[in-house]
Amino acid sequence: MSAAATSRAPGSWGHYPSSHPYQMAACRNRQALILPTDSRSCLPFGNGRSYGDVCLNNNGTLLLTRGLDRFIAFDPATGILQAEAGVLLSEILTLIVPQGWFLPVTPGTQFVTLGGAVANDVHGKNHHIAGSFGCQIRAFELLRSDNSRRLCTPEQNTGWFRATVGGLGLTGLITWVEIQLQRIANPWIIAENRRFASLDEFLTLDAGYETRYPYIVSWIDCAATGKTLGRGIYMAGMHAPPGLRKPPPPERRALTVPFTPPVPLVNQLSVPWFNRLYYHLPRPARGLTPYQPFFYPLDNLLNWNRLYGRQGFFQYQCVISPAGIREALPEILARIAASGQGSMLAVLKRFGTKTSGGLLSFPRPGVTLALDFPNRGQPTLDLLEQLDEVTRQAGGAVYPAKDARMSGDSFRQYFPQWQEFSRYIDPGFSSSFWRRVMGD
Amino acid sequence: MRNILIIGATSAIAEATARRFAASGARFYLAGRNVERLAAIARDLEIRSGQPVVQESLDLDELDTHPALLERASQTLGGIDVALIAHGTLPDQQACQQSAPLTLAAIHTNALSVISLATLLANSFETRGRGTLIAISSVAGDRGRQSNYVYGAAKGMVSLFLQGLRNRLSRKGIQVITIKPGFVDTPMTAAFEKKGFLWAQPDHIAQGITAAVDRGRDEVYLPWFWRWIMMLIVHIPEGMFKRLKL
Repeated sequence: MSAAATSRAPGSWGHYPSSHPYQMAACRNRQALILPTDSRSCLPFGNGRSYGDVCLNNNGTLLLTRGLDRFIAFDPATGILQAEAGVLLSEILTLIVPQGWFLPVTPGTQFVTLGGAVANDVHGKNHHIAGSFGCQIRAFELLRSDNSRRLCTPEQNTGWFRATVGGLGLTGLITWVEIQLQRIANPWIIAENRRFASLDEFLTLDAGYETRYPYIVSWIDCAATGKTLGRGIYMAGMHAPPGLRKPPPPERRALTVPFTPPVPLVNQLSVPWFNRLYYHLPRPARGLTPYQPFFYPLDNLLNWNRLYGRQGFFQYQCVISPAGIREALPEILARIAASGQGSMLAVLKRFGTKTSGGLLSFPRPGVTLALDFPNRGQPTLDLLEQLDEVTRQAGGAVYPAKDARMSGDSFRQYFPQWQEFSRYIDPGFSSSFWRRVMGD
Repeated sequence: MRNILIIGATSAIAEATARRFAASGARFYLAGRNVERLAAIARDLEIRSGQPVVQESLDLDELDTHPALLERASQTLGGIDVALIAHGTLPDQQACQQSAPLTLAAIHTNALSVISLATLLANSFETRGRGTLIAISSVAGDRGRQSNYVYGAAKGMVSLFLQGLRNRLSRKGIQVITIKPGFVDTPMTAAFEKKGFLWAQPDHIAQGITAAVDRGRDEVYLPWFWRWIMMLIVHIPEGMFKRLKL
């Protein structure tokens, strides 16, 4: 640990809220790591891909974990991988895909750290069959501010395991993680696209595809109203079998948004037009695609969050239980469309029943909706609070990794195990998110 | 598959460079001081390269250990194709100014031990008739400045020595590469405020190093713009330069 390192203050992906840590400490040496013992609280910071303030610690210490980026063990015969917590999923993929392995669960960006994936118990397009990232963990090590170390597995130190999976970095620093990978025959994905005109059609499609395809996600037109409400595109995929493959595609050079434009480019004019076009755009019903554009469509546009301008943006991701799907979900979509505030990037996905057991884990059976909202100040906050009302009544929840504004009351209702969780919080750790939802 | 010896393997630049070498197929022999960190890096490189990695912990200040180190590395790898000399310290200039022993110790680590290793490596490459020698010098070695002339003098000595070595060996098919990084965000520079475009990440330097090997470059400033900055600085007349606060 080099304690005096003061690189540029890192922020979260949504550029909101702005935050200034008191200090940052770069972690590099896994075994010799000693956490700072001053009176300020610590919080691990990985690659800054969570949207709101779960990765921020205003006036506190950020433990920069990207320096913990070594592989510790990988057995190409069994697919068991052990790596330090600051390794990016993209770095893991570079290593394992050529050797016939794939991440068992991956979120929509490969630029998150392994530790961040655990701490937010992230999920992917295969949640309906595989559960969340936490379901794939064999073990990890937790370093506490008293400098004790605990080996946590689903069988050992289970309380710590369940608190730390989805524990938002509050239970201590995860130094390394061991996961079980899944076998693949090649890097190709068989993808299928289907248009749906309503939520009912989405549910019918889902019932048919769910058992056949491991990866499913839908884009939904959040500007559609009335008869077109709930229309979208259903996308299903599976790893291609051994015989089916093409020559490797030319490597695509990533584009970048070089600076933050003074005016947000995502606005009331651009969104409905983009969505109409996107919905009607002809696309192949079935095809073979490399895994990167299928899983990480936005990773090829670096810094896309800048498109939302200096004010940043919010992402709202909620899950609605099966009972509430036909009532609450149309209600939420109607409110978003009426507000005219939504963005192009809205996704819908059904969660399965498998759970990691994480005390603060977000995924639970039902349908999850996620979309971005350019930050327009109070009107945006008011809209999101309205959406929370619907989510609360439907017995749903909002994803902390995406959140920068939910109320403490909402949080406690969404995560009823918060009291049990708080017993495991490291006394030397805290975050801007935690102080916000706990009201201090 | 290249056989690569890395001296000072726990340095951030060396580690980033090793990963890039690993990606294109390499077998490593690593030398450094800290056993624990060396072991973690060796294991990581084994996984990335798919080849066994041998590590050796020693104090490079002890010059008489150098011949045996190079002998063991050469034996283990079956000949060294590429050697990267990356060890070094950033001495405290203020403290050195007040202490001749501290100054000499800094020069011993950053210049004399490098020259000892470079001499031995160059001779063994010459005998074999091939090899690539890379050493990390610094832009600080291009001109003496009050803020870090002890470090600068050591790096300047390294740069000049490598220049001579290159001149001696160029016709014998041996590549000698001097790397001159500017400010790099590493643990060595942890005490600095790291803001602005002048600060580079270790992987950026690593990319420049592997490119220099592939393209047969001699002296490389990293990032590239330092060549022009240093060209300016070197050409300021001494009468004016001595009055600047640099």
